Amino acid sequence: MKYLTEYRDPVLAAQYLEEIKKTVTQPWTIMEICGGQTHSLVKYGLLQMLPKEITMVHGPGCPVCVTPIHLIDRAIYLAKECNVIMCSFGDMLRVPGSEKSLLLAKAEGADVRILYSPLEAVKLAQLNPEKEVVFFAVGFETTAPANALSVIQAQQLGLSNYSIIASHVLVPPAMEALLADPETVIQGFLAAGHVCTIMGNSEYYPIVEKHKVPIVVTGFEPIDLLQGILMVVRQLEKGEFRMENQYARVVREAGNLPAQQAISEVFEISHRMWRGMDIIPYSGLEVKERYAAFDATKKFNVPLKETKENESCIAGAIMKGLKKPLDCSNFGTNCTPSHPLGAPMVSSEGSCATYYHFYSVLNEAEKVDA
Amino acid sequence: MCLAIPGRIKWIEEHKEGFMRMGKVELGGIVKEINLQLVPDAKVADYVLVHVGVAISIVDEEEAQSSLEFLRQMNELDELYNSPAEEGLTKEERVQQGDAIISKMIS
Repeated sequence: MKYLTEYRDPVLAAQYLEEIKKTVTQPWTIMEICGGQTHSLVKYGLLQMLPKEITMVHGPGCPVCVTPIHLIDRAIYLAKECNVIMCSFGDMLRVPGSEKSLLLAKAEGADVRILYSPLEAVKLAQLNPEKEVVFFAVGFETTAPANALSVIQAQQLGLSNYSIIASHVLVPPAMEALLADPETVIQGFLAAGHVCTIMGNSEYYPIVEKHKVPIVVTGFEPIDLLQGILMVVRQLEKGEFRMENQYARVVREAGNLPAQQAISEVFEISHRMWRGMDIIPYSGLEVKERYAAFDATKKFNVPLKETKENESCIAGAIMKGLKKPLDCSNFGTNCTPSHPLGAPMVSSEGSCATYYHFYSVLNEAEKVDA
Repeated sequence: MCLAIPGRIKWIEEHKEGFMRMGKVELGGIVKEINLQLVPDAKVADYVLVHVGVAISIVDEEEAQSSLEFLRQMNELDELYNSPAEEGLTKEERVQQGDAIISKMIS
């Protein structure tokens, strides 16, 4: 596929690895923010091919993973008790709430559907005027415009039976929170390419200046990742810290302005609880008051119980880059993708789940370290 | 979750479904109806990056090429680029050669 396969060229990958090896002279710890990048790094075997000096730690960039349990419980309650058609992306349906997942609720008879796009949910609402259709709108900045467009479209079509549960998280405030932690080990970042496709690069300059860390906006294919790592390492070795854009083929400096307009039309910034971490100030998006009719959390009254995270889970330390999945005594035993104890094991893009699925290709050394 | 893939616009229909700009995009052999509302400048035959049914960026051909040439631009890999084994190879040979280099590196 054009613009995809050429970024998986093994000869070019080997040349990048060689160049990284030549450049690096001392240990560096770099975090890739996005779970999609973690997935590629592990799946393509890049982690064990990087020189030993480079430690990649895996960030909290899996919106499904960090969706708070109480929102999942709310979606399950709506699906089971309120006779709605509950839809979301496939990943979200597998994530367990405090008692069960949406898929299990579906098995028990609730009308739960996996959709590719929120715009399909709007169509579903059009086709089923007698039913309420709720879309569990999870995502980073990448997905926010599509979810916003669904609300705008529903309004323009005059639909009164469509609403969303907004579970939106924002990347730059999370990076701030990670760097503000006095225990942080992160010396450079690969920023999430598709988030920047929407928002542009401007939010990262203040972080670079304040925390003196290199940030390189990076894509998702092996060559993208290796190039991003090389760009970070070159800066680190020279003692520099700059914002650079490896993924310029799709990321423009100012981002996508119509997409940003769609987001600010429908959503406003709010404080947000990240599952496995904590409340991060100004790190989420809520539906604006003027679109309250499309906000399922306001439209339906859902009695909520207190929910607790499992205390033996080290998700917080993993998502801050302080621990690796294999450092956890529960990994692969008490905690698996079908019975996750915490956030990074719940979706295929969580770092623990990625390690679990690709355990066989992981570095022997890393297993020994654990 | 933030997965997005590049596809080529086959056809654009303005103002379909009430108000949104829609089109058909070929994604690895599959043609899907995609929302083009957020890429107002996109034309037929452009490559766009598609995420959950919505095109979010036009792929820039020049930038795509220059990122593939990044290393050469750095001018630091002369011997690898000038090696005669590099030229006239089939895809399979390139893969084999790459595998050999990689396995040497990790052994």
